[in-house]
Amino acid sequence: MKIDHPRAHRRACLKIVFSLLAVWFVVSYGCGILFREWLDAHAPQVGNAPFGFWMAQQGAIICFVILLVIYAVLMNRLDAKHGYTEGK
Amino acid sequence: MTQDHLNFIFIGISFALYIGIAVKSRAGSTKEYYTAGGGVSPFANGMATAADWMSAATFISMAGTVALSGYDASRFLMGWTGGFVLLTVLMVPYLRKFNKATVPDFVGDRYYSKLARGVAVGCAIFICMTYIMGQMRGVGVVFSQLFGISITSGVIIGGTIVFFYAGLGGMKGITYTQVAQYCVMAFAYTIPAIFIAMALTGNVLPQMGLIGSYTAGGESVPFLEKLNNINTDLGFAEYTSGKLSPVNMFCITAALMCGTAGLPHVIVRFFTVKNVSAVRKSACWTLLFIAVIYLTAPTIGAFARVNLVEKLHDTPYVEAPYWVQEFEATGQMAWVDKNGDGKIQYYGPGKSDAGTNGVFQGKTPTYPTFGATEDQLIGKHGERLLANKADDSNPNELWFGNDIMVMANPHMAGLPMWVIALLMAGCIAAALSTAAGLLLVLSTSISHDLMKKILKPDLSDREEVSYARFASFVALAVAVYFGINPPSQFIAKTVAFAFGLAASSFFPTLLMGIFAKRMNREGAISGMLCGILFTFGYITYFQFLDGTPDQYFLGITPEGIGFVGMLINFGVAFLVSAFTPDPPQEVQDMVENIHIPSGSGEASHH
Repeated sequence: MKIDHPRAHRRACLKIVFSLLAVWFVVSYGCGILFREWLDAHAPQVGNAPFGFWMAQQGAIICFVILLVIYAVLMNRLDAKHGYTEGK
Repeated sequence: MTQDHLNFIFIGISFALYIGIAVKSRAGSTKEYYTAGGGVSPFANGMATAADWMSAATFISMAGTVALSGYDASRFLMGWTGGFVLLTVLMVPYLRKFNKATVPDFVGDRYYSKLARGVAVGCAIFICMTYIMGQMRGVGVVFSQLFGISITSGVIIGGTIVFFYAGLGGMKGITYTQVAQYCVMAFAYTIPAIFIAMALTGNVLPQMGLIGSYTAGGESVPFLEKLNNINTDLGFAEYTSGKLSPVNMFCITAALMCGTAGLPHVIVRFFTVKNVSAVRKSACWTLLFIAVIYLTAPTIGAFARVNLVEKLHDTPYVEAPYWVQEFEATGQMAWVDKNGDGKIQYYGPGKSDAGTNGVFQGKTPTYPTFGATEDQLIGKHGERLLANKADDSNPNELWFGNDIMVMANPHMAGLPMWVIALLMAGCIAAALSTAAGLLLVLSTSISHDLMKKILKPDLSDREEVSYARFASFVALAVAVYFGINPPSQFIAKTVAFAFGLAASSFFPTLLMGIFAKRMNREGAISGMLCGILFTFGYITYFQFLDGTPDQYFLGITPEGIGFVGMLINFGVAFLVSAFTPDPPQEVQDMVENIHIPSGSGEASHH
């Protein structure tokens, strides 16, 4: 049981990392570059800005900050679950 | 009180503050010199990293680039922030756990090879050198603006200042100075933007102004629509749609992101905090502080463009605002009266049959040499004359450097003098903080990785720090030289190359070092060499030799080629490692160990 600890932790950690990176890819490359023209034309505008343009210039950056906060919270919770938390 | 007095007061106060902090927290040991002793709080480190990260290029040129290219500039906005996501989830927690002072240290130990360490040192030096050149240029631009001197003298003055407080203070001195510098930068960047947003759109938040309506012209129209109309009327591409192909856009953004995650001077910043959990927290703060500036940059760019066109286009030169002549004097703006009507006309490539909008022949303005007669220097409307021949293939008469957008913005909007003074102080803070951080990595790479670990293992602590200080002096001298003679026209471009090189060397090598347990010495070294040689060759060919855009590989510009270099690095590394022996057991154990987040202790250099 003890032996399996690091491996389970690592698997869970990779799961978090890959899900966050998937979101990261969609908000930046997806919305901002690859599907920008389609989104500019079809998605609802943000204020007076076309959606794809806004994602590329503002939205993606906001999402990045949120992603990092989620990462820190999830990882700290995971560390605590596996007993890796360190005292202050 | 004149503008000059105010500038001096603001800059004087900020300098006194930096130097005071640097002297108070001066480094005593190598450990403090390299990683500030490993006890910086996540919040303070976040601020310092943000200041370190936001260079003169970000501060001065980025908004200008956005103003000029609209949507296309998103590659910088996303690239330089999105890289932090990669950096945080894939790199720094593991490297911090590994617990060494520098990035080549990790490469050397993980790939159990002095050669790997040597290649990494070479890459680190090269990347930092490319990057620091842009910074020195930035310092020069600010000082030339400030004192009305040439950019050359500006670069030299800036270099001297950086040497005195960074070369001597070490990481500990730099970290706390950068905290102060971030505060100056953030205020300097956002306050003018808020004023301008209120003037043009009636919104207090610039970000709301960008998506809001333009109200300054009487009736209210959507701001971006106004901007698109201005652009198309003058013969430029629409602001919200770009000219770059999606492939190129994708590659440049990817190269910038991966480059960010592989930049040695950013990675070492996270070695200054206590443990892995503090690293994660610190990364959140860092990106938040960076986002404050990056979310403002596109708004400044957009506002500046509207202001510039409204103020200058079709205005008689004699009635043009005072700052036009100031920028002419420093060679950052030029007007050639092609049609002889005495008015300034500003047009894009769409207005000429040749598809060009060059004002004169050649890339930058040149002026008649000393001893020229009065009528060779000053034209009949009082404008500064150029030595370049006019480019008569198009009607555009106004040339300006990208870099002036941020600097001219408060002038254009007629903001109070203290705002302009604050902006000057902010520009200098941006250039100094990044230059200092880079200088530190350069000097540690030389003193620690090259001297101590490769050439002279018996070096004492004290000698190592002396070597570091000496190395920073030499590095700075070289950087000053290239700051005066930049290999590329705009600051943002020079810096983009550093990212291409980081993306093709460190990012893949570190990533495989952390996640691919079976990656061995042979694979890593050959991958790193292939990646960086390919990228370096491609950039050199198109920047310094006679490569032309139609020879681009898949239409990818030199800025984005780092992404291809990275793929080559991965490919070669996995191929070579498949045919060579696995790494030794203790290295494989080490890789297992860096995935366990606890027990990182203090960063050390032993």
